[in-house]
Amino acid sequence: MTTRLRILDDGAWLSVDDTRQVSVSELWRLDAPGFCGCDLSDLVVENFLEVGIDGRTVEVRVYGQCIACGTKATTGWVPVGRVVDGAFEDIDRESVLRPRSPKSGQHSPDSGSTGQG
Amino acid sequence: MPTDVENWKSEVYGNEIREHLFRFAEEGYDAIPDDERDAWFERFKWWGLYHQRNGQEGYFMMRIGTPNGVLEPGQLRVVGEIANEYATGPGTNPIFGDAYADFTTRQSIQLHWIELSDVPAIFEKLEANGLSTQQACGDSWRNIVGNPVAGKDGQEVVDAWSVIRELNETFKGDDDHSNLPRKWKVSVTGSADGSGQGDINDLAFEPAYKEIDGEDVVGFNVRVGGGLARNEPRFARDIDVWVRPENVPAVAGGLSALFRDNGDREDRYNARIKFLVDEWGAEQVRETLQEEYVDFELHTAGRDVREEYTYNTGEGERNDLVGVHEQRDGKYFVGLNVLVGRMGAADVLDLADLADEYGSGEVRLSQRQNVIVTDVPEADLDDFLAEPLFERYSPEPSPFMRGSVACTGTEFCSLSIVETKNRQVRFARWLKENVDLPDDVEEFHIHLSGCTASCAQPQIADVSLRGMKTRKNGEAVEALDVGLGGGLGEEPQFARWVTQRVPADEVPGAIANLIDSFAAERDDGESFRAFVDRHEDAELDAFVEPEETDYEDPMLHNTKMTWYPYAGEDGMDAAPPTPADD
Ligand code: HEM
Ligand code: SF4
Ligand SMILES: [Zn+2]
Repeated sequence: MTTRLRILDDGAWLSVDDTRQVSVSELWRLDAPGFCGCDLSDLVVENFLEVGIDGRTVEVRVYGQCIACGTKATTGWVPVGRVVDGAFEDIDRESVLRPRSPKSGQHSPDSGSTGQG
Repeated sequence: MPTDVENWKSEVYGNEIREHLFRFAEEGYDAIPDDERDAWFERFKWWGLYHQRNGQEGYFMMRIGTPNGVLEPGQLRVVGEIANEYATGPGTNPIFGDAYADFTTRQSIQLHWIELSDVPAIFEKLEANGLSTQQACGDSWRNIVGNPVAGKDGQEVVDAWSVIRELNETFKGDDDHSNLPRKWKVSVTGSADGSGQGDINDLAFEPAYKEIDGEDVVGFNVRVGGGLARNEPRFARDIDVWVRPENVPAVAGGLSALFRDNGDREDRYNARIKFLVDEWGAEQVRETLQEEYVDFELHTAGRDVREEYTYNTGEGERNDLVGVHEQRDGKYFVGLNVLVGRMGAADVLDLADLADEYGSGEVRLSQRQNVIVTDVPEADLDDFLAEPLFERYSPEPSPFMRGSVACTGTEFCSLSIVETKNRQVRFARWLKENVDLPDDVEEFHIHLSGCTASCAQPQIADVSLRGMKTRKNGEAVEALDVGLGGGLGEEPQFARWVTQRVPADEVPGAIANLIDSFAAERDDGESFRAFVDRHEDAELDAFVEPEETDYEDPMLHNTKMTWYPYAGEDGMDAAPPTPADD
């Protein structure tokens, strides 16, 4: 079964199988030394840029701002959920998330980024 | 590779969406196949229906496009009746109640909690009364804006209303222009006040004179590629074209076709024509238009009247159209302040009655979310102004009430990061009670948008507020970025974002401190915009000074994660079921 992964509403939501699952404005603690100078970035998610799937793990690249230091940048691939038996399950995004750098990614991003307005 | 949206549009788009919409209305919301929802919700927009956000499954926002904001006699009553009958849902707004209409920054009307099953009946009633939702959203010609008192305004240089009507009739429902790469926003202004806000539209026609065979002819200059969204605001660029009023449809259609054929359909972020103008430059836009899209010789730009612009400029007279103004025919139009553009259905009906009783029944909407009653004879003005309804919709409001504009926000909008309309009402009330502007400052515009889409046009206000998040005492709270000194006019200017992530409860204190510094340090008679202009970002950031006050913000928590921010039980698990078909 294929999973429909899309970015909707001008980058405001990740939609999985026609249901909005993850939204902008979440605050993520990122262990991502390349993102900013902080030990742990405290990231406000402002825009979803790309979504992809690596095995069962749904990953996104987002644009956002570290509210501890003010850096605005784009992340590597951040895991946000898993597809288990065809259904999306959240990864606990209140705990520390570890992105993969964009270059190390194997999978091709879903091209279906959509906007509205 | 084309985007999903482009693929959906190539399957079904434009007028033909209507039959599907009616089929789903007949068969029920659940008849929309699970794996086609994203596609159908995208398409429904073309007919003015926007699915509301998570937790409000099965409810829609409906936008009615009223060209130039003109509501002909009787039409406001129809809007009020529809709002009353259909725009209610499981959530009650603590300030505005149960049924209301929103007047928008593009002179349209939005209703909420609309159920699919009611759409055919609503369309029938709208259309029987000359109103429509066609192309109110989606990738096509949106509602055409302009000076709302076009055709009546003493300051009018050229008649824009007849031009707007013709454009509307030509391009609404025209299959050649119904599937553009992205939205297409057009402004046609005929008056010298700049109230059509052409600079922030994809395509703007502005009054200008051209000497032809020794004679001064009045027509329009053309600008292309304005817009505020996505952290990439642009003012429309001068493409050095002047056009006679009768040639406006040919040039507008040429430019819309140029956009249709050349806009980016592979990346929606890059699709608006503002990015094509960035890439090509104004000259190439002009050349392409001339060579491929019009069959007559274009004139070069004429002499414009931009130095006379006052609307939303931050200084001088007529920054808005609130208050009593004389029309060309000696009657009066009265601009009424509608705080954040929202009016209860009962008040809409009362206003429709008053417009009938005192005026011609006609009402118009401005781009500052206000309403204007036209055609009031001088002899009736005093009685009209004494009507009790205008205690709430005042023609002489406090500057903080008058200057407030706010978008939809987390109440209904899936993009929003923060609560907006009710918050702006609370801000305005608090500022009115607690803050004094210098005596000679009569207007102060504060615009609040829930996200970077910028529907409240924050970048062209004295104080721009935009939804953000931050932590306060370790907790995630709703916050606002603060920008200063934006405005339109001869030399338009976007606000500069000087202070970031102010927790929402500290924003009124921040504005109070800012106004104190302005009052203390301004030059004699200096406008706020000019004051901002001569200071560095860091100095301005210091003036802003966020502070807790006795202002309390009941919506500081994450309203995006509620099904409805004002519900007693607001958690997603308390969300109402999709409405039953009835
Ligand atoms: C991807 C989604 C959206 C984008 C990018 C977007 C963007 C915009 C922009 C840029 C404007 C006009 C500002 C200007 O003058 O340039 C606007 C207008 C507006 N938008 Fe949105 N918007 C979106 C979704 C929504 C939604 C979901 C709602 C409400 C439920 C909404 C409500 C409004 C209102 C009230 C206006 C002014 C009215 C009008 O167009 O007639 N918007 N939008
Ligand atoms: S500015 Fe953002 S939050 Fe406000 S209505 Fe527009 S899209 Fe929604
Ligand atoms: Zn940081």
